[in-house]
Amino acid sequence: MASDTIPAKGPGSGNVLDARGVTMRFGGLTAVRNVDLTVDQGEIVGLIGPNGAGKTTFFNCMTGLYIPSEGTVRYKGAVLPHRSHRVTEAGIARTFQNIRLFANMTVLENVLVGRHTRTREGLWSALLRGPGFKKAERTSEARAMELLEFTGLAAKRDHLARNLPYGEQRKLEIARALASEPGLLLLDEPTAGMNPQETRATRELVFAIREQGISVLVIEHDMRFIFGLCDRVAVLVQGEKLVEGTPDVVQSDDRVVAAYLGTPYEGVPEDEAVAEVTAAEDALARNTGSGSTPKTSKEGDA
Amino acid sequence: MNTLEKNTASETAPAGGVLPLPPGTARLIALVGAAGTFVSTFLSWTYTEEFPGNLTVYGYPGGLQLLTLTGALLTLLFLLSGSGLRGLRWLTPGGPNSAVRLLALGTLGVTGYTVGAIIKNLGGLINVDPGGYIAVAMALITAIGALGLPYDVPVDPEKPPANPWAQLVHSLKAPGPGRLRDMPGWVEIVIISAAFALGLYIFTFGIDTDYAELFIGYMVLVSFAFPAVGRAGLTRQLGQLTAKHRNVTVTAAFVAAFAFPFTQSNDAYASIGTNILIFATVALGLNVVVGLAGLLDLGYVAFLGVGAYTAALVSGAPTSSIGVTFPFWAAVLTGAAASLVFGVLIGAPTLRLRGDYLAIVTLGFGEIFRIGVQNLDGDSGPDVTNGPNGIPNIPELEILGFNLGEEHTILGQELGRFSNYFLLMLLFTVVIVTIFRRADQSRIGRAWVAIREDETAARAMGINAFRLKLLAFALGATLAGMAGTVQAHVTYTVTPTQYKFVEAVPPNSAFLLAAVILGGMGTVSGPLIGASLLYLIPAKLQFVQEYQLLLFGVALVLLMRFRPEGLIADRRKQLEFHDTGQLDVPKEDTGLSKKVGV
Repeated sequence: MASDTIPAKGPGSGNVLDARGVTMRFGGLTAVRNVDLTVDQGEIVGLIGPNGAGKTTFFNCMTGLYIPSEGTVRYKGAVLPHRSHRVTEAGIARTFQNIRLFANMTVLENVLVGRHTRTREGLWSALLRGPGFKKAERTSEARAMELLEFTGLAAKRDHLARNLPYGEQRKLEIARALASEPGLLLLDEPTAGMNPQETRATRELVFAIREQGISVLVIEHDMRFIFGLCDRVAVLVQGEKLVEGTPDVVQSDDRVVAAYLGTPYEGVPEDEAVAEVTAAEDALARNTGSGSTPKTSKEGDA
Repeated sequence: MNTLEKNTASETAPAGGVLPLPPGTARLIALVGAAGTFVSTFLSWTYTEEFPGNLTVYGYPGGLQLLTLTGALLTLLFLLSGSGLRGLRWLTPGGPNSAVRLLALGTLGVTGYTVGAIIKNLGGLINVDPGGYIAVAMALITAIGALGLPYDVPVDPEKPPANPWAQLVHSLKAPGPGRLRDMPGWVEIVIISAAFALGLYIFTFGIDTDYAELFIGYMVLVSFAFPAVGRAGLTRQLGQLTAKHRNVTVTAAFVAAFAFPFTQSNDAYASIGTNILIFATVALGLNVVVGLAGLLDLGYVAFLGVGAYTAALVSGAPTSSIGVTFPFWAAVLTGAAASLVFGVLIGAPTLRLRGDYLAIVTLGFGEIFRIGVQNLDGDSGPDVTNGPNGIPNIPELEILGFNLGEEHTILGQELGRFSNYFLLMLLFTVVIVTIFRRADQSRIGRAWVAIREDETAARAMGINAFRLKLLAFALGATLAGMAGTVQAHVTYTVTPTQYKFVEAVPPNSAFLLAAVILGGMGTVSGPLIGASLLYLIPAKLQFVQEYQLLLFGVALVLLMRFRPEGLIADRRKQLEFHDTGQLDVPKEDTGLSKKVGV
């Protein structure tokens, strides 16, 4: 109860998500270290970082797939439970980095499964098939069709999910997540493997989702996508939050560039190694210049 | 529309199927052969009446000859239909020639088997009459002609079938039929009813075969004729009709099953029907657990045992340790409740495991039930179940003054004990089928399938996976318990040995699982058919019983190799196992065929 009184760090009480000091250790490895992150109402927040920075681990901590070693995650002021179905019930929906649709169910069924937490019809209702059951099924289906219209998949409602093209599978995953009527949507690399056109369409889709009053937290590697989309970007490097701010601030931060590309400074062993290699190559070039036989044999191999 | 497409297809197809014959000649040869086979069944095939079925009479086919006759007649009809004879075209909306090939091979199989059995049983070639030789020769000619007929599916010029076997396999492929022409509603209903009546007749024929040779011949013919009818496209078109008139279909199926005991003059055959129903119903319960929720349960028969033991204890049997007599409805409720409790008790700790681990743990619990029951005999534990002796002399059921153990005359037909129990069990089957279907097509059913597909994603979608898995487990247990309460009365006695993991007599865990997988997971008709086959074959063929487990294993291996989705596949499974590389487009498909037709 005492922790409830701590004032939120973000602007006012509009916090949808408030993660404080989240730490996740796997044995001796600390994948996420003391990360704070807030998402405000109607905000799109990006989470970037090099491979292995702990972005997905952080996601999993928030959605109850992992139980964080330290720290708490609050959703609209309430501490989130450590069970993924309860997190979804509370109002956080997610997609997965490697698509995890119900491959052998139809598109419509996939979205209907997403409606699970927002419907209450149990086994008895299903067996007795009263008017309440039929009404709930009709409402669910209507809502699911709305979402399919929204994502542009309505024409494919009876297709099996596994038969959809890649981009549409991503869209279906988003539709399925939206079916649980979330207040916060977590997207884990929504444009991975997409062409520029599909990426643009996804950006429009995310904006449209925000229009509906749903906050979005998105992990992505595509920088152009993330800087064009997000109101705020946080950079995670080796499990720790490095920078947080508007896209402009993050883009111009030297530490971010360093984290992605490495730091160039003189006197590092690599430089010497590079110099040695160049010297050796030069020497080889001189040798092959005099005797042309090895060169032709190389070409023959190629 | 359909015939138009088909004719053009057969014209463009290269001449000659597996055997290089001109199509016209091949058709003529097959026609002559089929007609000849038909006539030969009216001849005498053997001198003596020692071979069962009396094949010695001229002018009157009997026993196995009837099967050859049926095969030849069907071949003839499909051949004529394939050659475009007016009034018969409806028989082959799909592939006429592959159907003829299968039927010709089936007829040859039956005829060859019959003559072979005569030679073997009576000891020598001498026992075969000329009629027998003529029959085999004619069936062979039919088969040669049929193999010469053109392919139904044109050969891909890029990849022609390499060897004779591939050619044969290709020659048995058929295109799907088009959409059925719209007919008046009552005609469609009559067709559905006729199909179920025919189904009942074929099933009853199989149960009523009174000697092993006839049953084998029957199985050979049926296992060729059913795929043939499927190739011809009739099964699919019937499927279109049944999908349209769902309620009529369900009623027709129920009426056909209800009519079964009235066709039985011998109560021994009715007992086969009763046992099949018990087996099938329990398999359907297991289908909730395995087929829908994807939980591999290897100890399922324990729930049948719990239901049966509970019913036996409260039945008022003299050896029951509880001296109470419940009315039947109360016994059913008690049995179902006991199974439910047992299911939850077993499920709660084990369902935290996934996959193979769950299978092993359920296998263990199944055995624990049996061994536990065996030891509750007063020596090693409290005296509840009489240990290995079980509870014998379970009294007959009496429902509303109607004693199920006695013979009753209903509609002019004597219904024996097993017929009565068959009808009672049928009622249970209907209830369980309804429960299965309704649970399947609901929020709960979708959640089960989602868990089966990807448990992590299902949890992330807000599904409480553990609770729903427990629900599936408990529902499955309850259904088995209900069936068990009837089983106790049908078998008079319950003993621990009835509920082993694997045994020669069907309702046991291994056979239940096999029935589900053989028939088709997640479907209603699959486990019913799987259970029928697994019970009927050993019950009919005494000699099989010695090698039953061996044959059972061989059959499962073959099935998993050639038809992993089971005999009856739902669309989902079919696509899962046979990826055609094409997108599954349900609606545009019909639009396309319409365009072609116009």
